Amino acid sequence: MLDTPTSVVVAENSITELQQTAVLQFDSVGFHYPGAELPVLDKVSFTVRAGQTLAVIGSTGSGKTTLVSLIPRLFDATSGSVLLDGVDVRDLAPEALWSRVGIVPQKPYLFSGTVASNLGYGKENATEEEMWAALRTAQAEDFVRAMPGGLDAVIAQGGSNVSGGQRQRLAIARALIRHPEIYLFDDSFSALDLATDARLRAALAPSVRDAVVVIVAQRVSTIRDADQILVLEDGACVGLGTHDELLATCPTFQEIVESQAAVNEGVA
Amino acid sequence: MSTENETEDDKKPAQHLPGSELRTARMSTVGMPVEKSENFSATAKRLVRLMSDEKYLVMLIMFLAFASVSLVVLGPRILGHATDILFDGLTKRDGQTGVNFTSLHRTLLFALGLYVLSFVLAYSQTFMLAGVVQRTMFTLRADVEAKIHRLPLSYIDRHSRGDLLSRVTNDIDNISQSLQQSLSQLITSLLTIAGVLIMMLALSPILALIAIVTVPLSISTMNRLARRSKQKFIAQWSHTGALNGLIEETFTGHAIVKTFGRQRSVEDRFATTNEKLYEAGFGAQFISGSIQPAMMFVGNLNYLMIAVVGGLRVASGSMGLGDVQAFIQYSRQFTQPLTQTASMMNVLQSGVASAERVFEVLDTEEESAEAEFVPSAPVQGRVAFENVSFSYNPDRPLITDLSLVAEPGTTVAIVGPTGAGKTTLVNLIMRFYELNSGRITLDGRDISLMPRSELRSNIGMVLQDTWLFGGTIRENIAYGKPSATEEQIRAAAKATYVHRFVQSLPMGYDTILDNEGGAVSAGEKQLLTIARAFLADPTILILDEATSSVDTRTEVLIQRAMVALRSQRTSFVIAHRLSTIRDANVILVMEEGRIVEQGSHEELLASRGAYFRLYQSQFSGAATAVD
Repeated sequence: MLDTPTSVVVAENSITELQQTAVLQFDSVGFHYPGAELPVLDKVSFTVRAGQTLAVIGSTGSGKTTLVSLIPRLFDATSGSVLLDGVDVRDLAPEALWSRVGIVPQKPYLFSGTVASNLGYGKENATEEEMWAALRTAQAEDFVRAMPGGLDAVIAQGGSNVSGGQRQRLAIARALIRHPEIYLFDDSFSALDLATDARLRAALAPSVRDAVVVIVAQRVSTIRDADQILVLEDGACVGLGTHDELLATCPTFQEIVESQAAVNEGVA
Repeated sequence: MSTENETEDDKKPAQHLPGSELRTARMSTVGMPVEKSENFSATAKRLVRLMSDEKYLVMLIMFLAFASVSLVVLGPRILGHATDILFDGLTKRDGQTGVNFTSLHRTLLFALGLYVLSFVLAYSQTFMLAGVVQRTMFTLRADVEAKIHRLPLSYIDRHSRGDLLSRVTNDIDNISQSLQQSLSQLITSLLTIAGVLIMMLALSPILALIAIVTVPLSISTMNRLARRSKQKFIAQWSHTGALNGLIEETFTGHAIVKTFGRQRSVEDRFATTNEKLYEAGFGAQFISGSIQPAMMFVGNLNYLMIAVVGGLRVASGSMGLGDVQAFIQYSRQFTQPLTQTASMMNVLQSGVASAERVFEVLDTEEESAEAEFVPSAPVQGRVAFENVSFSYNPDRPLITDLSLVAEPGTTVAIVGPTGAGKTTLVNLIMRFYELNSGRITLDGRDISLMPRSELRSNIGMVLQDTWLFGGTIRENIAYGKPSATEEQIRAAAKATYVHRFVQSLPMGYDTILDNEGGAVSAGEKQLLTIARAFLADPTILILDEATSSVDTRTEVLIQRAMVALRSQRTSFVIAHRLSTIRDANVILVMEEGRIVEQGSHEELLASRGAYFRLYQSQFSGAATAVD
């Protein structure tokens, strides 16, 4: 095991400093598992600037999580390049890259310890005020206050003593407390009911105002206001635009909207 | 099953970390903590009864042990004779000249024969004992395995999977180990102690007294050291546990540790815990290692005293040199079986504790017995609930007086808030639980009179918590229909939108799924289990939140494929996403165990009742979201 080469290689003379305003760019990015018949991602391109939100939507298995994983280099693209402020992420020092990214994974993982120690993963030596602020934005304040011990409430390994929705909100708070330049939410709102989802996104807006936000979502309502929506189908981009543009031009997006909106016809 | 259930289970304190106490017992050095049994003698008796099939062999083993020990115990006495012969020859006390070599040869050969015979006896005893223990364990394992298939679901629900697994594997393993060790060593040690004691008393009561006096001294020295090492051992295990937990956590949360730039601090924590483990481990090993030298020191003191007193007695002529020599040998053989007995008692304790846990499983009440399943004509799939009442807990009635009919070819959707009894309904159809009153029929036959295997062979169930086993994707899809051809598997995969993402995996359909299944997402796993149900094509299909992690569009597409395939089949669909069940023939709205509304999507919306409210709650959330 010790001899396994790391798949993500750190570049020599890696760049540690970047300009201030973040720009995230995918330039014809592809990802292909060695030996697989078909690629997971194929020629995906987009640009998101600080202050903008890119939403990624698509079927189960269309490559959404893989796309997000390429940004903090959990995998490296097998073709094309992922660029941050014009610099290929493979040329960046990993610490410099990671310090700028706050990720909320699909299966949020909490570590055994306390609420505070988990938030500490986001920012070491955070003050109590900072912690409560992050929890408030993540709609986690109420249930953390209700937990015995509050910030010092015990979290079991993997976060198994809190519900799925609470785990997700704590993971969101952990990313928020970092104040990163790039937020990656991988289907982070799916375990929340619609009302909480809406409240959370409303509270989130001011915190992420100057950041690049990438949201993977399943609900159209979650991403309606995104600056750009990327529609993935079988690993390829079949649509990129605003909600209204896609509704007019992208059949896959229309089907997604229909599959969710049809439900509401009778009521509306 | 709901998330709430999972968390409930996980909250149970991990009392039985698999293997921790058991490994302890297996290492079986003195002074290690041992899991205590609740009822030692009853369980021990039952354990002995397990071997009753082999009772003659066990008696033979006992006899062999007795014979072998007796021969060993006689050894020093005979060698003492040889010494006497030499001594007499050299001191010419009997008037003859020189040593009587004939008699010396004879005595030495006799001793040699004695030891060889003792070895052969001990050898065959070990051989037979291994057979007895392993055969008993074989039967016990088979019993437990058979029992698990007869356990009601309620038992499995109430116990954590890890605990049950630990009982089946670790505990049985521990019983086997401790029986094997304790039976052979305990018997031998006890017999040796008795034999040696008799021989020592026979040789010289005064020397025997000296030898016995040092026993409490050695035992108290040992105990004191053992107690100190025990603390260190406990510290060692808890640090080992902490270290393992840290490693596991860092592994599972790898992406987080990395992208949040926390490697340094995790490394620091690892180093600190590793350091503590080193210190505790050093202490534990050093103190437990010092027991042996300390015992040797006490033993040597004893040796010295016996040599001095014995020497004086030889000089005064009241004891033969050979006897003193034999005595010294006996006294050296005396302490070892004593300490061995003490440690074997620990091993036995832990074995009995394990046996108790295994017996507990064996004694659990089973699903009611039933007739053998004789395959009958294929069923139509008409399911009817007639005035069904059920509760898990007598104090809290859950389902009361419920009636409904699902005709073949229809899809019945069940919606309602958490805790309304939706999943319970499914459990009742599967007969995981028995009804309190009323009956459920399949094609008019009461399912409680049907063999469970017949009932369940007609039902396919897909749950929210996907169950995929550690095999290839192909094997997992074909699980419900092992005879399926490659084309059928691929057709099912295409119909359930699995085919495309499988093709993007490194090994395609040969990709091995593991527990965490890194490359396969939760939604993809659900699709795989749906493909499996699709291929098995049971008469009755139950989908319990089966597409909760699948996107809505794929869900709609799958639903359409299902409708086409299942035109002559009955389906039950539980979902909280109302989009999933829009096209169902009948939608049942459940609240607090009762069906409060029943009808099609349009009918229910028009009636503006509970369904309408449920609808609005989902919709109003969405409406807020848009703002």
